[in-house]
Amino acid sequence: MGVRNHVAVVPVSVTASALATQLAAEAGPQVRATPHQMPLDPAPYVREQVKRVLRGIGSHPNVGGTVVVALGTETIQIDTLADDIARSGTPVETMSIRNAGGTAAALRDGGEAIESLQVEAQTARRESTSIEELVVALECGGSDATSGIAANPIVGSFFDRLIEAGGAGVLSETPEFIGAEHVLAERCIDEGVSETLLSYVERREQMASLMNVDFRGAQPSPGNQEGGLTTIEEKSLGAIAKAGTKPLRAVLKYAEKLPVGGAFVVMDSPGYDVESVSGKVAGGAQVVVFTTGRGSTTGNPIAPVVKITGNPETFNHMSENMDLDASGVLSGQPINEVSDSLYSLVRAVASGELTAAERRGMEEFAINDIPPNVATEFGGQS
Amino acid sequence: MKGQAVSDAFIIMHADDTVATALTALNPGRSIDYDGRNVVVSEEINFGHKFALEPMAVDDMVFKYGEVIGRAIEPVAVGDWVHVHNVESIRARPDSQSGEADAVPNEEGSS
Repeated sequence: MGVRNHVAVVPVSVTASALATQLAAEAGPQVRATPHQMPLDPAPYVREQVKRVLRGIGSHPNVGGTVVVALGTETIQIDTLADDIARSGTPVETMSIRNAGGTAAALRDGGEAIESLQVEAQTARRESTSIEELVVALECGGSDATSGIAANPIVGSFFDRLIEAGGAGVLSETPEFIGAEHVLAERCIDEGVSETLLSYVERREQMASLMNVDFRGAQPSPGNQEGGLTTIEEKSLGAIAKAGTKPLRAVLKYAEKLPVGGAFVVMDSPGYDVESVSGKVAGGAQVVVFTTGRGSTTGNPIAPVVKITGNPETFNHMSENMDLDASGVLSGQPINEVSDSLYSLVRAVASGELTAAERRGMEEFAINDIPPNVATEFGGQS
Repeated sequence: MKGQAVSDAFIIMHADDTVATALTALNPGRSIDYDGRNVVVSEEINFGHKFALEPMAVDDMVFKYGEVIGRAIEPVAVGDWVHVHNVESIRARPDSQSGEADAVPNEEGSS
């Protein structure tokens, strides 16, 4: 079930990304590009991850048709990718700049492909459907002390209600489980799930060490620290409040396909919000619920992003980028009351209401890379 | 709400916590009663920042959300601002992994 009816223009590599952006811009707001920085020949340990993202976006429920664009010399085969997308039932066209005979011809051919997919996408009917088909991605960016006190607990309360109603949702940003992983591990449905969870967290902690990152300076970030967050443990304990209290059913790889129907799952992702959101959307999340304390404008080309802040100053300063003010709980408003508003808002957004990020044209997209030294150390698991 | 807000001044997220979070800027000398106890804030605490509810010695664990958020690296008195100057993470530091602090990118992986 989609909550939007976009035509996606999906570049296979960075070399087709500018073309994808240009094609989408010329075709109008229904058409969305997902430009990214992956090279023609990503290393084998990154390639599977890139393929999962491209496949996931191309066959996303919010996408009514996909044009895959490539330079034509990429290692990831455009036809194989198109076949994978077509198998999901999404109409797909391919376009190679090399075969078309250069950029101008590719723009012309790509434009025609988009038009034909738009005609096809317009035959899709609006249908009413149940919350059981909804997958919501949880995200935070620019956290401060209000995140763990107001916005995240509100999202947690919303999330419990979503799962009870048969919906599904995903928490990610593995580095922000550090110091709170024991709380999540206790919620795993079995030993296997909790072992996977802990191994991913350990890996992220070792990655930081490998890259010689001192978490005392970088996590929490200087902005987080100014907002009152002292340690990664404090940030993490606040962050996982987004995921409420329900059992954790599975732990998935970056951009792996998300289950539907009453499930709370975790996806391994970096803390960088654009890559993290893109991974969950590639997994099939139709709506993103995004909390911020310091302020954030992050959106996504394929899924609407709902912004909620518990910081009254941020809400006032950046109201045009915010969808919900959660700061009332700081002065005694019950969490349930605000989470009711969030539930209604998410339903409205799923029914077509535009979010602040959509109204402002915020469409950031990025694919998570794996640094070579990390791949060496961890055998290139992706 | 989940935690316990005290007269719009601060919130204690869990009964086991040794710190509270200011819900408004608190001036030094501000005296607040809560739960039959009293705390006098000893320095300026900004909105969202923490102060101590319990005295802490060096290496004492600091509790928020009922969980450990770090350890004291300086002695902390009740009412003191608690932040990066007197508390540090016990996780994810290069020197917390024995001998791994100087791991270099081009070294062959041993795994």
